[in-house]
Amino acid sequence: MERRAWGQGTTARYRGGVSVVELRAAVALLGRFPALSGVDLTIHAGETVLLRGPNGAGKTTLLHLCAGLLRPESGSVQVLDHDLTDGAGRRSVRRRVALLGHTTGLYEDLTVGENLRFWARAAGLSTVDADRRLDDARKRLEVSDRLVDQPVHTLSAGQRRRTSLAALLARRPDLWLLDEPHAGLDQSGRDLVDGLIGDAVAAGGTVVVSSHELDRVAALSPRMVTLAGGAVVDGSGADVPPPVAEPSIGQEDSR
Amino acid sequence: MSALRVVLRDIRLVAARDLRIEARSRVVVDQVLPFAVLVLVLFGFALDADHRTLRTFAPGLFWVAVLLSALLAVQRSATLDAADGTGDALRMSGLPPVARYLGRATAVLVQLLVLEAVLVGGLVVLYGVSVGDWLLLGVAGLVAGVAVAAAGTLYGALASGLGARDTLLPVLVLPVLAPVLIGATRAFDDALGSAAVDGWAWTGLLAIAALVLTVVGASAHGALVED
Repeated sequence: MERRAWGQGTTARYRGGVSVVELRAAVALLGRFPALSGVDLTIHAGETVLLRGPNGAGKTTLLHLCAGLLRPESGSVQVLDHDLTDGAGRRSVRRRVALLGHTTGLYEDLTVGENLRFWARAAGLSTVDADRRLDDARKRLEVSDRLVDQPVHTLSAGQRRRTSLAALLARRPDLWLLDEPHAGLDQSGRDLVDGLIGDAVAAGGTVVVSSHELDRVAALSPRMVTLAGGAVVDGSGADVPPPVAEPSIGQEDSR
Repeated sequence: MSALRVVLRDIRLVAARDLRIEARSRVVVDQVLPFAVLVLVLFGFALDADHRTLRTFAPGLFWVAVLLSALLAVQRSATLDAADGTGDALRMSGLPPVARYLGRATAVLVQLLVLEAVLVGGLVVLYGVSVGDWLLLGVAGLVAGVAVAAAGTLYGALASGLGARDTLLPVLVLPVLAPVLIGATRAFDDALGSAAVDGWAWTGLLAIAALVLTVVGASAHGALVED
């Protein structure tokens, strides 16, 4: 039995507008505080969804809930056909989701290259596949050869962000959850993130972005979902038609 | 690839990561080892530098020094997954918790064995101890090291997961390791000729303790770090 690596032949099943995220009356607690109080939300395959709302609205908690990092207190939460009210469902979905949060997920004392290789191998990729995908990811995120041998603690915030994104990109997830992905990046870095989102959707992935940079993300033609006080107040998706299925592109590699 | 080979590959991946981080940060070499030697020196001062007394109590002093120093190494190891979202990234990675546990425990064990080797040198140089049975000393040191690494890794994850202060770890783990301290001291009594006991019998008990702690740790670790 070999652990299945991320992005190995799962995305295609989610083309054609089937629902990737399905939340019904979902409640999630942070400690004893209800950070989400009865969220209804449907997201279809191939959609780009912008979460917006004031600080404390529950955007980050919603992303963590969809990533399987939080246990729903009540309600129903289905992500990529996994029931996240169940521990096994949460563990299974994590391997198929990329979550870019406020932290980097990088080891400070390791170099960029060592971090990237570790996370690729941890995702179950063989050495050959890991090296090939990391080469592609580094080129896509413009992580230079010089940077590869630098310890992470010597990097700027923007360089760390690019490295984190390269690590996630190499795993080719079915669902991207991006929390303020433009934070700490310069103009070229922000453009790269926009391109990455476009590529992910073109490859059949689904992207959920939490951002305060509404103009920039709006240019990617996303669906807007507004949260306030831990609930969706606009754009829950019940009346949103699923996107039209498109032919597969950009899914080469080790299937 | 068989399931066992996959798990062994993941264990090696995690252990290599932790040892590489240690090689870069040199926390064990620059801080934990000097602390351990300092403990031996202070015991010497406390016992008035009487070589005969020191030789008598050397096994117990050795293992107390090892346990105190191991706490620092385990604490350092546990903090690696608390920094900058690496713990959540591991949960998202799909690495099996058993591989994460055994990989980390292996890295801690390697550091403990280096620590024990240095402290044996300290016993010889500072306390004038002579080793009567090197094989027993090595096997008992290895087996006790496994027990300490197994319990330390589990309780390190527990203390880290509770978001508790660093001071909680010794309170949690030292009572669990008290039987290991007793067994390891008796085995070293025999190896160093400090007392007439059957060191191999004590080493056998230590092996059972090490096995139990490793199995319990590997089983419980997932529940601590995954949800």
